[in-house]
Parts: sequence; C-alpha cells; structure tokens
Amino acid sequence: MAANPSDIPVPAEGIEALVQNRKYAAGFVTDVESERIAPGLSEDVVRLISAKKQEPEWLLEFRLKAFRRWLSMREPHWAHVEHPRIDFQAITYWSAPKSMANRPKSLDEVDPKLIETYNKLGIPLKEQEMLAGVQNVAVDVVFDSVSVATTFKQKLADAGVIFCPISEAVREHPELVKKYLGSVVPFGDNYYAALNSAVFSDGSFVFVPKGVRCPMELSTYFRINERNTGQFERTLIICEDDAQVSYLEGCTAPQRDENQLHAAVVELVALDRAEIKYSTVQNWYPGDENGVGGIYNFVTKRGDCRGRASKISWTQVETGSAITWKYPSCILRGDDSVGEFYSVALTHHRQQADTGTKMIHLGRNTKSTIVSKGISAGHGQQAYRGLVRVLEKAEGARNHTQCDSLLIGDQCGAHTFPYTEIRNPTAIIEHEATTSKIADDQLFYCRARGIGEEDAVSMIVNGFCKDVFKELPMEFAVEAQKLLQVSLEGAVG
Amino acid sequence: MSQLLQIENLHAEVAGKEILKGLDLAVNAGEVHAIMGPNGAGKSTLSKVLAGAEDYVVTAGTIRYQGRDLAALSAEQRAAHGIFMGFQYPVEIPGVSNMMFLKAALNAQRKERGEPELDAGDFLAWVRHRVKQMKMDPAMLSRGVNQGFSGGEKKRNEILQMLVLEPRLMVLDETDSGLDIDALKIVADGINAMRSPERATILVTHYQRLLDHVQPDVVHVLAAGRIVKSGGPELARELEEKGYGWLQQAA
Ligand SMILES: Nc1ncnc2c1ncn2[C@@H]1O[C@H](COP(=O)(O)OP(=O)(O)OP(=O)(O)O)[C@@H](O)[C@H]1O
Ligand SMILES: [Mg+2]
Repeated sequence: MAANPSDIPVPAEGIEALVQNRKYAAGFVTDVESERIAPGLSEDVVRLISAKKQEPEWLLEFRLKAFRRWLSMREPHWAHVEHPRIDFQAITYWSAPKSMANRPKSLDEVDPKLIETYNKLGIPLKEQEMLAGVQNVAVDVVFDSVSVATTFKQKLADAGVIFCPISEAVREHPELVKKYLGSVVPFGDNYYAALNSAVFSDGSFVFVPKGVRCPMELSTYFRINERNTGQFERTLIICEDDAQVSYLEGCTAPQRDENQLHAAVVELVALDRAEIKYSTVQNWYPGDENGVGGIYNFVTKRGDCRGRASKISWTQVETGSAITWKYPSCILRGDDSVGEFYSVALTHHRQQADTGTKMIHLGRNTKSTIVSKGISAGHGQQAYRGLVRVLEKAEGARNHTQCDSLLIGDQCGAHTFPYTEIRNPTAIIEHEATTSKIADDQLFYCRARGIGEEDAVSMIVNGFCKDVFKELPMEFAVEAQKLLQVSLEGAVG
Repeated sequence: MSQLLQIENLHAEVAGKEILKGLDLAVNAGEVHAIMGPNGAGKSTLSKVLAGAEDYVVTAGTIRYQGRDLAALSAEQRAAHGIFMGFQYPVEIPGVSNMMFLKAALNAQRKERGEPELDAGDFLAWVRHRVKQMKMDPAMLSRGVNQGFSGGEKKRNEILQMLVLEPRLMVLDETDSGLDIDALKIVADGINAMRSPERATILVTHYQRLLDHVQPDVVHVLAAGRIVKSGGPELARELEEKGYGWLQQAA
C-alpha cells in the first residue's frame, strides 16, 4: 500500500502502554562532565565563544555587530504568548561535554555516554547498512553547544555533498560560509536572530553542488542536556543549480522545572531549479501539566528561493516546547519559484504556540501553499500567524492557504491571524479556515465500532493532520503520529 | 430458541429528560424484529442505549444480552461482543480512510475477544469481497469515513461495516431512509445475508417497503417511550394504513 500515514495502524501495544512507558520519554539527563562558561552575556562572552571555536576574524566581527545590534533591540511582544521576562544574564551561552575538547576524529573516539544518549533516543549513530528498501539517513547530532558526530560523511563527500557541523564548515569551507551566512536572515533581522548571530554555537552545514541530488536523507538531532543552558543552533543549507536535498530535524531535552531557551536560526538558499525539503519534528520538553518547566523555542527559519523555478518546502510537526514562536518562511525571489509550508502544531496542558509562515512573492508566477493544522487540548493556546505578501513585480503570483484548528475540550484556545499585502493586481490569493471540535458523536461512532476512546482520539487527530503528515518522510510520519498520541494522553475523558 | 436480548422495565433519560419509560422487549436468536413508531417516540434512544452511548442514562430496569447485564460493558466492549448499531445519521471522520477505520475497528474487536488481528493482506481480501457484495465502488474505501458521502451512500456504508464486523445483534436505526429503490434492495440483501440462527436483527423503520424485502418475525410499536403493541408482519401493514393515532389513544 502507498506510504499513506493514516493507513498506519494504531500501535499494537495500545495507548495505555505507550503512555506509561513514554510520557516524555526523552526527559532523561546524561551524566557527563561538561565544560561550561559562567552564566551571563557580554562582549567578552561573545569573544570567548568565538575564541573557543578558533574562528576567523570576520566571523567574530559578524558576532560583535549582531551583539551590538541586539543590545539596541527590544524583546518582541506581539506574539500571542505569555511568559515571565527572560533573564539573559542567567543563561549559560556555552556548554560542551569535556570529552569533546580535543575533537574526536571518528565515532570510535566519542564518549560512549554520548553515543548511549542517542541510542536511547532511537537515533542511529552507526553507519550500519539498513534493511533492504529502507533508505539510509546521515545524521549530525548536536549536544548542547557542540556537534558530537556526523555519519556517512565519506559517502556524501563522494557525491560532492558537504554535510558537517557549521563550526567545521567555518574551518574547512570558509568561503562558502562567508558567502551565505546571514544572507537570508540578516544579523539584525529580529531580537532572537540577533542574539543567535552573536552567540550561536553549533548546527549543521549542508552544501549540495550543481546538479547533485543528495543520495540520502540528511538529519540533525538537537539535544539540550545541561541545566540553565541556552541552545543557539545555526543551520545553513545551500543547494546550487538543479541540486536537491531532503533534510530532517529532531529536538529533545531533559525534563526540568526551569525554562530553557532555544533560539535557532536556519537559513536555506536554493539556486536555479534547486529543491530543498526541510522537515522538523519538534519534541522539546513541553513542561508539566501545570506549566512548570519546558523549552522556550524562539526560532527564525527562512528560505530564499534565489534561483528560477526553485522550490523550498517546510514541513513541521510541533508537539513540544512550553512556548513556540516560529515562522518558517520563503522568499520567492526567482521567477516560477515555489514555497510550501505544512504545519501541525499541538498544544496541550499549558503549552503555547504562535506559529505560521511568511510567503514573500517577489518573482513572476511564484506560487505558495500553506497548510496549517492546529490542535489544542487542555489549557493549550495556539495562534496561526501568516503573511502573504505579493510585491509589484510578482505578476501571476498565487497563494493557497488552508488553516484549520481542532479543539479538544473547552479550556483551550485557537486564534488565526492571516495577513495579506497585495501590490500586484494579477495575484490570486485563496484563504480557507475552519475551526472544529472533536465531537462527541465522532467519538461515539468510533467506540460503537469497537475502537477505544484514546485510539479514537488519536485516529481523529491523525485524520485531521493527514494533509501534513503525507509530506513527511515515512519514518518521520510514524514518529509524528506516535508523538501526537503520547502528547494527547488524557486530553479526553 | 435461545434468548439473545432481554429488556425489562427500561427507563432512560438524556439531558435530564426521561425518554424511555418502562420498555420491555425480548429478542430470540434467529429472529428479526421491526420497531416502528412516531417521531420522537424513543426509537433512536433505545438504539443508542443498547450501543452504550454515555449521554443516555439508564435510571431503572435491566438489559440482558447473552444472559449478561449490559450495564457493565462500555460501548467498545459491546461492539466486541457483537452488538452493532447502524446509525440513523452516520458520522463523518475527515482524513481517516474508510479502509483504515474498518481495519482498526475489526482488529480492536478481535483483540478484545482474544483473537489474533488480521494482517493487511487477509484484511484486504475480507473487505473487498464485502464491498462487492454491497455493489460499492472500491474507491470509496480510500475516502474519509462518510466524508462527503451522499445520504444513501452513508447508509450503504453502515451495512458494509456490519458485513465486515459480523456482529451478532444488529440494531439498524432507519437504515432504509434515504435509499433509492436499487440501494434498498442491496441493503436488504446485505441484512438477509447476515440472518442466521445465532444472530438477531432489530430494524427500526417507518416504512413497510424494507419489510417487504426483510421479513420480520415480530413487529412492535414504540410510542412515548414504551412498546405499546406487538404483532406479526401484518401489524406493519395495518400501521401503514391507519397510522399511529388509534394506538396512542389506546395507550
Ligand atoms: N440529547 C438530547 N437532548 C434533549 N432531548 C433529546 C436528546 N436526544 C433525544 N432527545 C429527545 O428524545 C426524544 C426521543 O428521540 P429519538 O431520537 O429517540 O426519537 P425517534 O423515535 O428515533 O424519532 P425519529 O422517528 O424521528 O427518528 C425526542 O423528543 C428528542 O427530542
Ligand atoms: Mg430516530
């Protein structure tokens, strides 16, 4: 049968078992000795981070400019989220396992405890041959502020693809990094992007040269382990003319009573006819049912369809984090370029999410599609915020937006803020929005056919998310379904 | 003949309003019973109480099914034990394919009964054959459950579910309403195909025309929350002619 996620049966062990075993299964702490700098943020800290990474002068300059800009900026307050003031002086901006100090050359040299962490999370760090028919996935794993390991580097290099930690790219491919870093998200773009540009630690770098289709899926797993530590990941993906890549990102963190900040910047550049597919399954620790703890996920993700007929597609499944503030966007600069945004966001208990996208149509006959599915349960609060902007030269631009909210219970909320700015009269913009509740009659219908309540809820929710899940690579679709199921535990009854 | 269902002095309310007011009904295995009666009499309420809808509260009386008290069983357990209700208004579940729904339902029931679940191949064969029986377009299987189905298609889909799940007690609430003439025949054939000495059927209907195809053993009139008259197949024809007025006066 086709890889249709909603045809995947509800796991046999049943929700009860899943809930008991899983809850937030990624909530453990790895006991490794870390080298961390004292909490606080200053120009000295920025210099220290840059020095630790032995960065060239131009990058230090980039960081310092960003830092100075950040000092002059104010925290944004327009999002539909509420949280206590963040004390930026209480955060540690650099933490790395000591064992990483002299950069292990291969997986064999990596601290087994770190390897074990990723095994526990179900992330394969061995380059074992997978079963027939299953595609290999190359993985880069980032632990607090450093990249721990990247697999399949050689195989990728043979194809001409560069996939490595961004700090390594700064050393090995400075001309590429210098050319593209900050070219999509300028250092002063917004408050959190400026902060990230000043203190970013690690993240992935991908470069796919002209005409190359990346031979396997690439993925990065981000893990925050240390207490009171912020993670400031920086990811940069470039596809030259006619190149293609599919990239996946996963995130987890230990279960803690404090809030931790994750402020990432992701930049994508697609040249002529290039295609980048970027998928995220975000499962940061969401806090407990009373809203204690959890990650503040304040992220700037933007793709630049710089070339003709290029395509950038964002797919995100956001189930974690106490607060999510995230708008993966596309700048449709090249004529005939295509931008897509498929999103499932789930907020349960006291989680808050303000998420959506921006589609900026600059080129002619550019096309964008937005499909946003918001699910709120418990006291979860959720906003979809989307901007479709069509500039003067964008003859024949088209956008279709589908924005649906599903409410479970009556304490939660869903809000939609669609903005459009149309400066070219030939543009065709369609917007559809629905809000529905999981109705009691739907639940009863399922139960009357023998399907238990929890399974029925997860089936109905998965049906609601189908249009997004079908955009995910198969393994991620399964993972996403399981996550939704676990995240919704106790949402009814 | 063994008694499959035995309802005694059933009182049930919904939203604080008493709808069933001392209903008695006994159904033997192998029988087909028709329940007719005026709008709002409580026919759908009875069906939902049997299926285990929680917003319908039984305040007095008992329902025994296969000799055991139904009160202890949840809706999903009742389904697994063979109670099937065909909905008067089947519900839409967008994005969940009919196929996936049927498989989840069948396997959930099998699991509850301690039977092995069917794998994808066996299940496909199981369903395909029945889709053909219902003269349905197989493409319907990949559409969302009842999503955008016409009124008649929804009813036909209910009978497909029944054929797939092979229940023991079928409570079909106005499955004949909204069917065209050919579809009525197909649905009736589906119901007849399920008739067996171990099974029983309760047909809730307003019209004689279904009963022309599915011969009932007993016909009941449900009015104001009680069975006010029972008789043979001729009672249905009498009702068709006279309406319910004469009975309500009597009751
Ligand atoms: N949720 C509810 N809240 C209030 N009243 C209800 C509810 N459900 C049913 N009722 C009432 O209970 C009574 C019986 O309804 P029921 O649906 O059982 O009738 P019926 O015999 O099936 O009628 P019909 O032939 O029209 O289908 C009606 O008066 C109806 O309005
Ligand atoms: Mg009715």
